[in-house]
Amino acid sequence: MPKVTVDGQELDVPDGATVLQACELAGKEIPRFCYHERLSIAGNCRMCLVEVKPGPPKPQASCALPAAEGQQIRTDTPMVKKAREGVMEFLLINHPLDCPICDQGGECDLQDQSVAYGRGASRYHEHKRAVTSKNMGPLIKTIMTRCIHCTRCVRFSEEVAGVDEIGALYRGENMQITTYLEQAAKHELSANVIDLCPVGALTSRPYAYEARPWELKKTMSIDVSDAVGANIRIDSRGREVLRALPRINDDVNEEWISDKARYQVDGLTRRRLDKVWIRKAGKLQASSWNEAFELIAAAKPGKDIAAVAGDMVDCETMFAARKLLNALGSNLVESRQTGMNYDVSNLAAVNFNTGFAEIENADAVLIVGSHVRWEAALLNVRLRKAAKSGAKIFLVGPEWETTYPAEFIGADVSVLHDLPAHVAEAMSKAERPAVILGGAALAKGALHPALALAAEWNLVRDGWNGFNVLHFSAARMGSLMLGFAQKGGMADIAAAKPKVVLSLGADEMDLEPFADALKVYIGHHGDKGAHGAEIILPAAAFTEKSGTYVNTEGRVQLADKAVFAPGDAREDWTILRALADALGVSVGFDSFEQLRAQMIAEVPALGHEAVADYGALPKADMSVKASGAMSYPIKDFYMTNPIARASAVMQQCSAELLHGEALPEAAE
Amino acid sequence: MLSRGVCSLMAERAPAPDTPELRQRWGNFTWSTENAEQAKVVVARYPAGRQKSAVMPLLDLAQRQVGAETNTQGWLPLPVMEYVANYLDMPIIRVLEVATFYTMYNLAPVGRYHVQVCGTTPCMLRGSDDILDACYKRGMRKGHTTDDGLWTLTEVECMGNCATAPMVQINDDNYEDLTPERLNSVLDALAAGDTPKAGTQESGRHTSEPSGGPTTLKDMVKENHDYRGEW
Repeated sequence: MPKVTVDGQELDVPDGATVLQACELAGKEIPRFCYHERLSIAGNCRMCLVEVKPGPPKPQASCALPAAEGQQIRTDTPMVKKAREGVMEFLLINHPLDCPICDQGGECDLQDQSVAYGRGASRYHEHKRAVTSKNMGPLIKTIMTRCIHCTRCVRFSEEVAGVDEIGALYRGENMQITTYLEQAAKHELSANVIDLCPVGALTSRPYAYEARPWELKKTMSIDVSDAVGANIRIDSRGREVLRALPRINDDVNEEWISDKARYQVDGLTRRRLDKVWIRKAGKLQASSWNEAFELIAAAKPGKDIAAVAGDMVDCETMFAARKLLNALGSNLVESRQTGMNYDVSNLAAVNFNTGFAEIENADAVLIVGSHVRWEAALLNVRLRKAAKSGAKIFLVGPEWETTYPAEFIGADVSVLHDLPAHVAEAMSKAERPAVILGGAALAKGALHPALALAAEWNLVRDGWNGFNVLHFSAARMGSLMLGFAQKGGMADIAAAKPKVVLSLGADEMDLEPFADALKVYIGHHGDKGAHGAEIILPAAAFTEKSGTYVNTEGRVQLADKAVFAPGDAREDWTILRALADALGVSVGFDSFEQLRAQMIAEVPALGHEAVADYGALPKADMSVKASGAMSYPIKDFYMTNPIARASAVMQQCSAELLHGEALPEAAE
Repeated sequence: MLSRGVCSLMAERAPAPDTPELRQRWGNFTWSTENAEQAKVVVARYPAGRQKSAVMPLLDLAQRQVGAETNTQGWLPLPVMEYVANYLDMPIIRVLEVATFYTMYNLAPVGRYHVQVCGTTPCMLRGSDDILDACYKRGMRKGHTTDDGLWTLTEVECMGNCATAPMVQINDDNYEDLTPERLNSVLDALAAGDTPKAGTQESGRHTSEPSGGPTTLKDMVKENHDYRGEW
């Protein structure tokens, strides 16, 4: 713990800290462009200059200078002020002063720091450099004349994403940031470079010229495009969500989000269900709430009613639906809409127990049946960190392109019963071994064989639980906590032959077995579920209601309402509450607060914004043998949910990045 | 307004366009038998797992092989860079970064002889403008290859031969102490397929020792003289 003095204030800093970090600990703001906490140190922008004694009598780049015992650091001397002004003047030499037409305006590091640390006026009268803008695909808009060569984007793609695609060509004044042959950036986290870019060189293409940051209402929310539960901020204006940005949460998403989480939001205004629809003579016709409720009541479901939850619903909606069904005497609730029927008697066995932050410390990982890059792009970042610090990673399942050294040991799940010797040895000898079971493995009955391996390898040990199930549906853990599961899965629901099936945004379910039932779709997008329904009740998307979500780690998180649902659409719980009246039963809540209080009373863990405790792992049923070739449920990363399928941006990404279609560029 | 075009040629450096013709011509590039051996030797110089360190010598080797195949100084078509990236198991963008950073790698085709005239201050003061003029008179243009494919002219910054300025670098050799006449005789010899003497072109001078003989430490010329007693 070196002791340093910052502007006369003595403090201890951790070993290995830099002078910049020491200054931050002392509460001093150090301007910077190239330095970023989560990237390697480049030291090329020179904005973080401070005066350090002992040392040469000149300002030093604090980001790249280790803090050492007895250093006297000054951030407030005339030398530092002059140095910052000088660096800023150099940075602005080639920077166009086009802030009025730049999308970064108002949230630009260069703009802010030139106001705070720069000279008032320019002394530069010569020509400015101009750089041709580069194509980086449908998500990233580039105006490379604005680039100040901090190389954050280069370091991000190399270090965090693990996809070396952005580079700095040429040198000195001629340096240019580009992808190879201006190909589109193709990985799932590519748009994070937009947040990293301290200037307006890389900006969001779909959001181009849409709004200024100061006109936007900012709402804290949770991403529902996968089960990671990334913390996001919804920026909205009026009734429209304009963009989603990551919030920092080191336990979940650090400060990244996947491209889908970021860009599916334009789907919130397309293909929306904004009025009640009823199928009459085979055709859906616009109708009224009363008529719809009367029709449902006329079906006299009694206890023959089932509810199927979709992948993006919040806990409150599911709880309200279950209350309604319980009041009618039914408990036919299920959330695993694709028909999976893994054992959920103990939730610890279907939870990501290690946690995202801890999985970085694993030293041997066996991934069974999960395309991690597509099912949980942010977990893949963590696995890459583990691999970089030496973890051995083995995968069972069809091959996909990993971003770290990893070995595929077979596509058939039966390999779990007969693991190659080197894999078994690496796992059993590891200090912090982890198994990650994906949806493809659960579908082939790999849960108990994996639990058997967990016992054999002693995955649960002091301070470490290495048994993980990785879901890809944002609603999954919440639904299981609320009992939205039958022993036999959807087959049990079908076998009960319900008269009425409530689909809570369930777009992936097979409607075939329910041909005779009255199918009521309560959701927000005109997708597969709505197409097969007799009655459509328009509901709210995740940005249009407050809700509780539980991610695959069992982490309970709250999302706020950002905008109002369009047209006649209502928040889901109010629809279910009104339906209870129509069916003549009482569900015991009249307000959202009452609903949430009841839910917390029944499942107390949902009341704490923390990781739920599911207890110890169950004993493995050794008689269960898994077999069969696995196939990943996600066929197209950009098209996994109704919002994304409605999103023009996601459609373009799917066509251009995954299916290689060359889309004509708009003529200028 | 000041012109910022001092190194304008470097700014124009851009990889030759990725065309079907380029792919067809160079897509099947592989090491020649000797170069395959040499590439192994180069890679073996670096610790295991650090084979990427060999990218610079291997790019040079590839450029020379392309040169041998096209009877030019050689250059680096994109498919060849991709081959090197593949050979070293590294991302192509990292190879392209290296190739575009160093001006010794030619990104576009050059002629048989790449005439690089130094125009930095010492050479300029010693007459590099005349050297350039001599080049122009032979039909060379900066950044272009002559029609006969013999010469490519580039103006470059300091090559570290200031003591024997002005100088040009032609492929692997430097020709120093130039006058237009001396340059012409060098170029004539090259054009005739001869190998002119590299280094200083001034008769009586060996390397970069003071012109007209040493002015200090004269006693050291013949034998190792101990000056210490004279200080």
